[in-house]
Amino acid sequence: MGKLKKIYSKSFLGLSAFFFILFSTFPFYWMLIATFKRDHDLFSPNNNPFLFNEPATIKHLSELLFNTLFLKYMFNTFWVGTVVVVITLIIAVPAAYCLSRWSGKTGENLGIGIFLTYLVPPTLLFIPLSRIISFFGLHESLGALILIYPTFTIPFCTWLLMGFFKSIPKDIEEQAMIDGCSRLGAMIKIIFPLSISGILTVIVFTFTLTMHEFIYALSFISVSAHKTISVGVPTELVRGDVFRWGPLMAGALIPSIPVAILYTFFLDRFISGFTMGAVK
Amino acid sequence: MLRQDIKRMLTKNWMDNKKLLSAIMITPAILYILIMVGLPLILAIFYSFSDATTGSSDFKFIGLQNFRDILEDPIFRKSLMNTFIFTFSSQIIVLILSNILAMVLAANYRGKWIVRFLILLPWTAPISLGTIGWLWMLDSIFSPFDWILRYMGLLGTQNALLGNMSNMYWLGEPVYAMASVILVHIWRILPLSTVILMAGLSSIPHDLMEAASIDGAGFFRTFFKIKIPLLIPIMSISLLFGFVFTFTDMTVVYVLTRGGPIHSTQVLSSWAFLKGIEAGDLAHGAAIALFLLPLLACVVILILKLARRTEVT
Repeated sequence: MGKLKKIYSKSFLGLSAFFFILFSTFPFYWMLIATFKRDHDLFSPNNNPFLFNEPATIKHLSELLFNTLFLKYMFNTFWVGTVVVVITLIIAVPAAYCLSRWSGKTGENLGIGIFLTYLVPPTLLFIPLSRIISFFGLHESLGALILIYPTFTIPFCTWLLMGFFKSIPKDIEEQAMIDGCSRLGAMIKIIFPLSISGILTVIVFTFTLTMHEFIYALSFISVSAHKTISVGVPTELVRGDVFRWGPLMAGALIPSIPVAILYTFFLDRFISGFTMGAVK
Repeated sequence: MLRQDIKRMLTKNWMDNKKLLSAIMITPAILYILIMVGLPLILAIFYSFSDATTGSSDFKFIGLQNFRDILEDPIFRKSLMNTFIFTFSSQIIVLILSNILAMVLAANYRGKWIVRFLILLPWTAPISLGTIGWLWMLDSIFSPFDWILRYMGLLGTQNALLGNMSNMYWLGEPVYAMASVILVHIWRILPLSTVILMAGLSSIPHDLMEAASIDGAGFFRTFFKIKIPLLIPIMSISLLFGFVFTFTDMTVVYVLTRGGPIHSTQVLSSWAFLKGIEAGDLAHGAAIALFLLPLLACVVILILKLARRTEVT
């Protein structure tokens, strides 16, 4: 009886896990299969769409890489991501350290305040920001994105780093200061090496958040050569009303997978930031 | 005595002046946020009372005229409605599904990391690219769903249950298009919600569950009497984030339907984008986007309350 129940519950778990995985991954399977299907196979409504009815091809892949601006979008995305990472680190690391060392509730409250600005959505800010961008003369340039992206990376990363710095006991830097280090010296020589994993997390998240960003990039960049991957693929691989599905699917799949791997790897830290210490 | 000497010695140098140092360290962050988030927020409110356009740089205040205009606009009212429909229906379903999925994933089995990676894909991959996959799946001619329906004989023959047309036109029919947008939102938020819940589940003390099972409490009893009450704070947090991300998003709508057919899937943010950015009517666009603010304010207050409450316990 007990055994039967166990088998029953196990197969229920397995079955539901299967359906959830199917739901989550099917669009990506769909991209994968379209990437390698011949056009004739892709566009015959009576062919079984789940299988290859004709031999696979890499025509779409080579078209994506050599006949579109895909590599340029990749390059733009990396460039914007790298600069935003540097800006975020320069601003967020000192701020987070400082907030984590303030006594009393002030640091904590200011930290929550900064984190909450992460929730102010792009769709509320893009209209006034379009004015600010033309004021700085950054219209249609990647500089606009570099200026704006820290609006969401700084709040989030400051909050994440605050948690990290708090877990480093104050005694360590006080000890260093008694040993003749200045306060700034203690911070640079003692605290930063101890928080490498936190800083690495921040680098990964800043990078993935900028790769995910769509709304600002759509609003402020319309020149093809300046687009980032998240906007370039959905807007540029469509010619008028003609969707070039093969290259389009390849272009959607290729950047998704590495970003997803990086993100998953660091996800636990992301979640502990989100739950704001509600889970300990 | 000695300690004070050391202290005085230390504060001589600017590198040791705690107040100065912390001011230098915190100011850039605060300044940046004030200029790039605070100022635009105030500007958005200003614009909504003005007649600003992208064309000219001068503008004058015209009071509540913009709000009167947009409230009379049936498309605006439709998008306000849709925003609420999409957000509430998707988040209710996510709440139910994430509880089930968290339970499924909590079990121990081999290859757990790959399952986790696959389940998380919709959240970890860029949403505009994931939605492109859905666009192809919901294609008017080559949709695999239509193929399955035809294969089962439910579509495309005389007397078939869903009609004799060979396709469903998922994104061409208002009701189906709305359902598609909701489905993609569920698909995207479910993984986030689930991992937040799992973080909560793992914090429930093991003894508690053991004690309950020794006392003879069954699966549903432990679920409703122990897990749910203990998980309420964390569930509310995941729900609040889900709300914010769905309520303010325009990526899914923009990529799937651009608000169509005939504005039937238009939402506040996509309508603000079309008006304010594409048509260059900053004033009306800002007024439309401003309707996002009250709900956001409520969410922020709730999050703060939750954060307080969890601190006390």
